[in-house]
Parts: sequence; structure tokens; C-alpha cells
Amino acid sequence: MTATAASTWEMVVGLEVHCELATATKLFCGCRNAFGDEPNTNICPICLGLPGSLPVLNRQAVELAMRVGLALHCAVEPSIFHRKNYFYPDMPKDYQVSQYDQPLNVGGWLDLPDGSRVGVTRAHMEEDTGKTTHVGGGGGRIHGADHSLVDYNRAGVPLVEIVSEPDIRSADQAKAYVNELRAILVAIGASDARMEEGSLRIDANVSMRRAGAEELGTRAEIKNLNSVRSLGRALEYEVRRQVERLEAGEPIVQETRHWNEDEGRTSSMRSKEEAYDYRYFPEPDLVPLAPSDEWVSGVRASLPVLPADRRVALAAATGVPVTDPAVGTVVHQGLDDLVTAAVEAGADGRLALNRAANELAHRAAPDPGAFAKVLRMEGDGRLTATQAKAVLAELVASGGDPEAIAAAKGFEALEGDVVAAAVDAAIAAHPGEWERYAGGEAKLAGFFVGKVMAATSGKADGKAVTALLRERLTG
Amino acid sequence: MTGAVDIARAVRAGSRTARDVLEEHLAAIDGREGELHAFNLVLAEEARAGADEVDRRVAAGEDPGPLAGVPVALKDNLCTRGIPTTCSSRILDGWRPPYDATVVTRLREAGAVVVGKTNMDEFAMGSSTENSAFGPTRNPHDPSRVPGGSSGGSAAAVAAGFAALALGSDTGGSIRQPAAFCGVVGVKPTYGLVSRYGLVAFASSLDQIGPFAGNVADAALALEALAGHDRADSTSILEAAPSLSGVLDRGVEGLRIGVIRELVDGIDPDVGTRLSEAAGALEAAGAKVDEASVPATTLGLSAYYVLATAEASSNLARYDGVRYGLRVDGDDITAMYGATRSAGFGAEVKRRIMLGTYALSAGYYDAYYGQAQRVRTLMIRDFDAAYASYDLLLAPTTPTTAFELGAKTADPLSMYLSDVCTIPSNLVGHPAISVPYGRGDDGLPIGVQLLAPALGEATMFRAAAALERSLA
Repeated sequence: MTATAASTWEMVVGLEVHCELATATKLFCGCRNAFGDEPNTNICPICLGLPGSLPVLNRQAVELAMRVGLALHCAVEPSIFHRKNYFYPDMPKDYQVSQYDQPLNVGGWLDLPDGSRVGVTRAHMEEDTGKTTHVGGGGGRIHGADHSLVDYNRAGVPLVEIVSEPDIRSADQAKAYVNELRAILVAIGASDARMEEGSLRIDANVSMRRAGAEELGTRAEIKNLNSVRSLGRALEYEVRRQVERLEAGEPIVQETRHWNEDEGRTSSMRSKEEAYDYRYFPEPDLVPLAPSDEWVSGVRASLPVLPADRRVALAAATGVPVTDPAVGTVVHQGLDDLVTAAVEAGADGRLALNRAANELAHRAAPDPGAFAKVLRMEGDGRLTATQAKAVLAELVASGGDPEAIAAAKGFEALEGDVVAAAVDAAIAAHPGEWERYAGGEAKLAGFFVGKVMAATSGKADGKAVTALLRERLTG
Repeated sequence: MTGAVDIARAVRAGSRTARDVLEEHLAAIDGREGELHAFNLVLAEEARAGADEVDRRVAAGEDPGPLAGVPVALKDNLCTRGIPTTCSSRILDGWRPPYDATVVTRLREAGAVVVGKTNMDEFAMGSSTENSAFGPTRNPHDPSRVPGGSSGGSAAAVAAGFAALALGSDTGGSIRQPAAFCGVVGVKPTYGLVSRYGLVAFASSLDQIGPFAGNVADAALALEALAGHDRADSTSILEAAPSLSGVLDRGVEGLRIGVIRELVDGIDPDVGTRLSEAAGALEAAGAKVDEASVPATTLGLSAYYVLATAEASSNLARYDGVRYGLRVDGDDITAMYGATRSAGFGAEVKRRIMLGTYALSAGYYDAYYGQAQRVRTLMIRDFDAAYASYDLLLAPTTPTTAFELGAKTADPLSMYLSDVCTIPSNLVGHPAISVPYGRGDDGLPIGVQLLAPALGEATMFRAAAALERSLA
């Protein structure tokens, strides 16, 4: 693929994200919904689909599904369940109870940190399947396996399938979409969204079209994407594969493709002709699901402030554009309240954002008052950037008062004349270097900063030293 | 041998023991079961233990329940904990449910004694009980004839005195048609009145459990014990069990009853004669009887065979050899599925799975399933219109009396036609009861059917009791 070829094609991606809901029990029975238990211990006649058993809908699952829909700005609508019929040994009834043409949540969107918006077509409820392990031969697939083991603990666990519009245009945007979605799912308590435990699973629909074209190209659906990283890699691979075919004049086949993480490539699973005919029809064992307006508004009122709204608020509080990466990082790390408090206590917005994003990510948040104080000390020039970072690190590790930490570390900012004297001494001690610096060898500034730092035990501000050197040149 | 009401009264009063009652019935089974084959399994020892427990409670002064000591037979598609439940199919070979159906629990709590599991058409698909993997049941009135189906074993068990009551399931007439053929009372309750939990599904939106009994009062007593909301069945109506036994002697004075014109066309003359006599008897008892029209009933059979088979194709998918029942090994999973299902299902079940699969297929769904659902809506509208003018409707239960074994096995369509009068009630979810009303020219029983709007059981039972009295 040449650069020119790539630039004439546009990637179009829609994602289907399956999310296990964090209910106490399964979707249609009272069995525990838990990951990692002894196989086939959380099972009963209903989730095993034994003859004569019947499903009863779990109210908590409906409520969590509505939380997902409402957090994605969907409308909650009267819905029904359908049966999706196909044979697979990990599906006890050989049909999956799902939603089809009347899903619970319809027509929403998701705003990403970069300012883009991805439409959400629907977020519908369905039951999970069991988990099959294929032993021997077949490369982990059922055909060619010596035998297969099925764990039905997962069968009947409630899922929400969130289907995006084909609004995604890059692998990075796809990754950002999934990260944002995960943050929302966790924030609203709907799911732990752990991809490594399979509680969040992604299928990607990928097609290419000529830049500027309106109609969509033929798509491939990619399965077995077990991490955000896999998603990015698979999309990048698939773009190359499809563009190569299109450039060579070969058509894209509508098919389901399997991502092989080790080989770093996708391969065909089944074509459109081989696709299952799911023979959807309304599930006669369940009654229609039409949450009352009171129920819906109650759920809506109980939602926390969502990441996108928190980014907007943080941007306003700090005076930084909402699309600034630090805004997204700080919200993602849950540090937005800390930054806002620091700004209110007089800290500079940009400085507070950057220090929080870079120094506090993945660490315990410090006391808000102390954080604000460090930022003020840095803003006033009483601490250099390096010193401020060191004080923050100590603050996170052990707490305490920033003034005391700075004093203990000997971070008293030097009086200006002490620095000036050190600069003059360094020039006097190295006349040859000074002559070359004055002659235009700018990189020698570092030499003099180093000498001044050594003379002041690192307490001088590097920027101030550089400024003094320039003064001496022009002065 | 007496009926359920009399047995329960005597056992509760201590004038008969449940054990004595049971032994009489077990003796009857010993006498004719070899000839009739009503049962897939007789549970003599379990029944004796159950009867003794009832007697112990009576002796201890405890309330043994409204069905105290009443021997009951269960259709073999009702799950019984630890006891084989076969649906008369090879595919459930060796399967023992780990739980009881809600109706089984309710019967036991009411003091009834389960005597056995009755033969049926495989997965309730049939009208003669000839589609059983374990051989047919014969009609106690004439063993050369079928007992009807699919609940033929249950109907025969009551008719032969093997049990005072029996449970069946009715998807398109599978209680009422065999009740008519065997000369007993059979009830298809309002959809949702009796819990389906533990009934092995044929067509979930049509299936309903109901009782067979020797008389209307016994059927009322049984339905009172079975009915009522069950949290385990999402389609169960939030309604208390109706009071039926208390209304049986209220008569039909002033009731408006319409004879469904469309269901009289094409029936045998002797069936028509008995139906006219029944109409006359109700009129004589004070009801206002005339001819009613429910036009969409003529579309019932075709809509039914699309919807029922579509649901069945999905309900029966789980019999795949993976988890329980029969497994025939194959080289891979697909071959195992094919071998298991080919060996495990009989011809009629395969025929219906294929029909239903076709009806739901991409490109055909709307023409078949969609169209059949529209017929169903139309039929509900037509019945609602009829019930604006009538309290109850009257119709034959079957177009003919019981036919000979083998007479229709070669022609599925003629077999399907024997359900033409009963199918409409299932499609609209309304209750209906078949009451024996005389005999045909061949000396075999004839039943007439009373139909009521949803939850109209009380009025329906009043009229059924009046019909029964008119024969006395």
C-alpha cells in the first residue's frame, strides 16, 4: 500500500460491543452471575434450558440495561424479546433469547475526548452463552478438536449489546470509543467492563470507500478482538488487506473474519452464503417489556455525571480546550474534582491539569489543599518545575505539608542575586567557552547551566539561568 | 369406583382410606393396561407411599387437601422429579427431570396421588396417540379405535377407571379431542390460568395444561387446584384460581349461547344430531340459543400449523445430544446433531420441525409466520365480536367419533383435520370444555364443546354442568 493509495480511501467502522451486566443473578433465573467460579456450579434447570423450564426476566438486569441506554443518550422504548435460532453446544436451548426489531434502547450517541461524536444505533438485552474449550487439534476451534468442554456458568448471564453507527474513521478513534464506553459502563455501575475476563467483547464491522464517497463499501465483520490493543491492530491490518484488494481490482467479500492475535492477521470464518439464518421470531415464553415513564425517569435521575460532561466542566474550570488530551486524562483518572478544587484555590488551570495528568495518573490522589499549594508555589517561582514534581511525588507517597517537604529537600528557591553571582562566576571561570557561546554556539548554554546548577546544588531554576546568560550577552 | 369429588370427600371424612381407593385403581390398571397401553410408566410403589401419607395426615387430624386420595395420571410431558419424563420420544431416553412441574407440586399439595405417566403422541404432536415411540394407546370403548390425541393415554386412563383424574396438555385440541373420543370431560383453560412451568413445550404460545375427569364437578375441583398465578411462568395470569365447584348448580337461565355455524360444516351427521340435542337441552334449561358466526375460525387450521410448527422447531432444538437424553455419536458436532436427531425423533416430529423451520426462514417469515399471526389477530377480533352478543359459544369437539387405528396415519392432513373444531380456542387463548353428549351411530362417545371468553371458566362450567344434568 502506498501513501497515495491510502489517502484516497476512507475507513468506515461500526462496533458491536457486548457487555456483561453486573447483576447479582442471571437474566432469567436465580443463579449467581459470577466470573471464575468452579465450572458448572452456577446452573439450574432454567439456564441449562432443561425441558419444561421457563424464563423469568431479571428486574435488575433491565434496570442496568436502561442505565446503559440512558448514559448513551438513547430513548428507552417498549420492547420485546426474540429467539435467535442456531445450534451450538454452549447454547443450552440452541436458541439465544435476544432482542431484534424492538430493542430496549434506541438512537443515542457517544462523545469522545477528541471532540468527535459516534452514533449509537441501539443497546439491546440478550443472554450470554456458556463457554466452550476445545481440546486438541483444530487450533482452539470446534472443528478438528478432539473433544470440547462446556462451562454453563456463563449461560444466561445478562448482556447488553451496544451497536454503533458506522461513524468511526480510524483505529485510534475506535480505540477511543471503546475506552470511553468502558469508562461510562464502569461509572454507571452497569459492568466491570473487563475485557480480559470477557465481560466486554467487541466485534468490528470494517469497510473502505473512496474518500468523499457517500455509499458504504462491502464490509467484513471481525471477531475475537480480546483487547483494545487487538482492536487497533486488527483494524490496521484489515484496512491494509482491504485497500490492497481494492487497489488490485478485487472485490471485498462480505464475510465474518477471525482475528489471530499471534499471527497478527484476520482470516475468513464464514461467507455471507454460509451465514446462519437465525430465524428470529418473538419469544413466546416472555411478555413484552415496557418500562414505565416513572421507572425510566428514576433511572435517569440516578445516573452519575458522565465523562463527557465532566470533560466539559473541567475545560471550563481550567480555561483549556475540551479536546486537550490532558482534560481527557484527568477525567479518565478521576482527578477532575482535585484539579477544579486547586483552580478554585488559586492554582493556574493549565498547570494544574498538566501536573495532575502527568504526575498523578495511576497514583493515589493527594490532599486537594496540599496539591493547590504546590501549584501555587510553582506558579510563584518558589519551586522550579523539577522541584514541584519532586514535592508532588513525596506528597502522594507520604502526605504532609508542601512547604515542609520543600524545606526538607532543601528546595528553598534561591535569591536572584545568588543565581546571578553564580552565573558570573561560571563565565569568569570559563572564558574560552563563553567566547564560543557569544560567537553563536548556542548549545553551550547547557554547559553554563550545568556549571551554575553544580555551584548551587541544583537549586537554581534552569530557565532563569538561561535568561541571565542571554542578559550577559546583550548587556 | 367413584369420581374425584366423592373420593376426596370420603377420604377427608375418614370413611375410606386413600390406600383402598388407590388399590382399586391399581387393580383396574392390572386388569386392562396390557390391552390399552394408557401408561408409559405406572408408579405403583410411589403411589402407595403417597396414599399412605394422605391416610396418615387424615389420621393425625391434618387437612389432607381438596384432592385427598384422588388417583391422578400425568401426561408424560409433565416433569416429575427423579421420574422419567419421555414425551413418548426416544430422544429423551434416560432423562429424569431434577424438578417437578408446578402442576405436579400443586396436585401433591392438594392431596392427590400420582399413579403414573401416560402415553401420548410424541411431543404432543398428533391426534391419535399413534405417534408414540412406545406404541399406541387404544380406546377403552373399542380397542380397535384410537383414543384421540395427543393426550390419548390420559383420556383412556380416566375412561378405563385407571385414575379418577388425569392431566393433559392442549395445544390444538389435545385434551378436548381425546376427551370426546373417550367419553370423558376435558378442559382447556384460558391461556395463562394454569402454569406451564415443567410442561415440556410443543408450541409455547398455544400450550395449556388442563384436566380430564369423569364428570364436570370433578373437572371443576381439579382446575381449582391447578389454577392460579405462578411466578415461574411469565405468561401466568395474575389472577386467583377461579371458584368453580360452587357455581355448577346455578343453571343457564338467561345465558345467551351461540352455536358456531362455521364449525358445524362438514361434521358427521350423528355428531350434528348430538350437537342439536345439546343446544336444545340448554334452551330447555333456560338459555337463549341461536346460531352464531365466527368467520375466521375457518382459517384456524392453516394458521395453527404454521405457528405451532414454527415454535416447535425452536422448542425442540435443544434435543441435540449434548447435555441429556439420547446421543448418537458422529465424526464431528454437526454429524452428532444429525445422527442424534434422526434416530431420536419420529416421523411426525421431524415433519413439523421441517415445516416450522421453513416457515421462519429468511424470505418466508412474513408470508407464513407473519400472515399466520395476522390470522390470529383476526380470529381474536371475530371472537370478541361474537362475545359481544353471546356469553358462551357451542360447537362440536370433533367432526367424527374415534377412528380406527391406522386409518389416518398415512395421510397427515386428514389427521390434522380432526382438530379443526378445537384449534380456534388455542389460537385466541380462550377456555373451552368438551362434555360427553351421547353416542354416535357406531356406539362410540360424542363430545360437544362449550367455548367462553378469556377467564370465562365459571360461566363455562355452569353450562357444562347443565348439559351433563340434561343427560341424567
